[in-house]
Amino acid sequence: MFGSLTTPRRVVVTGMGIASPLGVGVAHVWQRMLASESGIGPISLFDAKDLPAKIAGEVPSGSKTEGKLDFNEWIPVKDQKKMDRFIQLALVAASEAVEDSGWVPETEEDRYVTGVMIGSGIGGLPEIYNGSQLVGQGKAKRLSPFFIPASLINLASGHVSIKYGFKGPNHAVVTACATGVHALGDAARLIALGDADVMVAGGTEAAVCEIGIAGFCASRALSTAFNDSPDQGSRPWDEGRDGFVMGEGAGVMVLEEYEHAKKRGAKIYAEVIGYGMSGDAYHITAPAEGHDGAYRAMKAAFKNSGVTPADVQYVNAHGTSTPMGDDLELEAVEKMFGDSAKGLAMSSTKSAIGHLLGAAGAVEGIFSILAIRDGVAPPTLNLEKPSRESVIDRVAKVPQERKIDVALSNSFGFGGTNASILFRKAP
Amino acid sequence: MSDTADKVKKIVVEHLGVEEAKVTSEASFIDDLGADSLDTVELVMAFEEAFGVEIPDDAAEKITTVKDAIDYIEAQKAA
Repeated sequence: MFGSLTTPRRVVVTGMGIASPLGVGVAHVWQRMLASESGIGPISLFDAKDLPAKIAGEVPSGSKTEGKLDFNEWIPVKDQKKMDRFIQLALVAASEAVEDSGWVPETEEDRYVTGVMIGSGIGGLPEIYNGSQLVGQGKAKRLSPFFIPASLINLASGHVSIKYGFKGPNHAVVTACATGVHALGDAARLIALGDADVMVAGGTEAAVCEIGIAGFCASRALSTAFNDSPDQGSRPWDEGRDGFVMGEGAGVMVLEEYEHAKKRGAKIYAEVIGYGMSGDAYHITAPAEGHDGAYRAMKAAFKNSGVTPADVQYVNAHGTSTPMGDDLELEAVEKMFGDSAKGLAMSSTKSAIGHLLGAAGAVEGIFSILAIRDGVAPPTLNLEKPSRESVIDRVAKVPQERKIDVALSNSFGFGGTNASILFRKAP
Repeated sequence: MSDTADKVKKIVVEHLGVEEAKVTSEASFIDDLGADSLDTVELVMAFEEAFGVEIPDDAAEKITTVKDAIDYIEAQKAA
C-alpha cells in the first residue's frame, strides 16, 4: 500500500519477461542462474580489440526453443530496421510478460486503462553511432528516415503499445542505472493513484557497442583484468574486483491493480509494497560517503510499506563489482537493517549477467520475485574473498534455500539517483 | 519485364516485407502495400542507391506506385 495518497490501491505483479545474457525467457534464465552459470563472454557484437575491456554479457543468439534470441521469431523483419536493438529487446521481454499475464484487453475501455512504462539508461547508442558515421562521411542524405524513431528511448514503450493496442499512460524513465526500478515504482504509483489498472513496465538496454564500451572505459568504470577469463570478471564484493562488466537485455513486468487481477483470475507472483527514491546531490558518478543516498532510498521504500527491515529475508543488491560502490552499499544496507542484518541474504545477480544499466533494476526485480516464489536466494558468483567482512550473508557462489516473504531490490545511477523497491509474497 | 522493373519490385518486396505477387505495376505503396510515409522515404532512398540516380523530394512525392518508380528511373537513365 502506498502512502500519502487519497485512494491508494494495491499493486501486484501478474506477468514477467526477460531477455538477458543468460538467455531469453524467465524460466530458462532463472534455472541457469540457480545453476550458478555465467552469461559473460568475449564481446562478439563488434571488434573490441582496441579497447581495454573486451568482455560483456550479450544475449545469446539462437532459437527461442533453446532459450536464445532470434529477433526474426519475435519481430517482422521489415520492422526491425525501424528500431534499435534496445527496442527489439524490450519487445521480446514485453511479449513474454504480456503473454504470461494472460491480459488481453477486449474493450476500448480495457485498452485505455492499460499503459506502458519501459525505460532505458542510454537508448539507441548503436543507431546513433552508425548514423553519426554516415553524417561524418558527408552522407547525411543517406540517413534512414527511421534514424530518430529507432533511437528514441520512449519508442520502446511506443512499440509495445502499438503492438498490443495499450492506450493508457505511455511513458519512459531515464535515470541511468536506476531506470529499471524507477520504471517499476513509477508505474506502480500510476496504478495506485488510478491513472491505470495495468502497466507493462521495466527497462531495456543494448549499449554493448563501440562507443558504449569505449565511453565506460574512458570513465574507468569497466573491468579490464579478466579479458581472458570472462566469467570471472563480474565479482561483486570480492577483493579482486576491478570494475563492472557491461550487460545487455530487458526485463518487463505486468503490474496490475489487485482487484483487477483477482477479478480475472490472474496468477499473482507478488505484491509491490514499497518504493523509495533519493538523490545524492554529491557527485556525477561517485556515491557519497556511507552511501547515504542508498540508505535514504531504502528508508523511503519502507515508509508506508507496512513492513520493517526485520520482515525482509532477501536483498538483491545494486552490487556492480566496482571497487568503491559495492562496500558502500553494503555499509548502507547494514545501517538500514541494524540488528536484522545478521543472517540476511543479499546477493548481486550482476555477477552472472553483468550490469544491464537501465534494464538492471527490472531484471533484478524479477529475480527478487522469483526468490520469493521459490524460496531461494540466487548466488553471487566469484565471491571468493570479500574485501569487507559483514554479518550479511552474500550468498557466495551457490544459491541458498530460504523462506523469503519479502525482498528488497536496489538500483543506483550516475547523477546520484537512487531507487529501492519492496516485493512481498502474493496476497 | 524490364531489368529496371524487376529490380524495383525486388526492392519493394525486401523493404516492405510483402509477397512478390502483390507488387504489381499498379500497386500503390501506401494503399496496397501497407507502407507509411517513412517507408516511402526509405524506398526512394533505396531506389537512388540501387540505380545511382538522384530523386529530388518534389519528384519523390509523385512516386506513389510501383509503375511511377519504374517510369521515373527509366526516364532518368535514358536522359
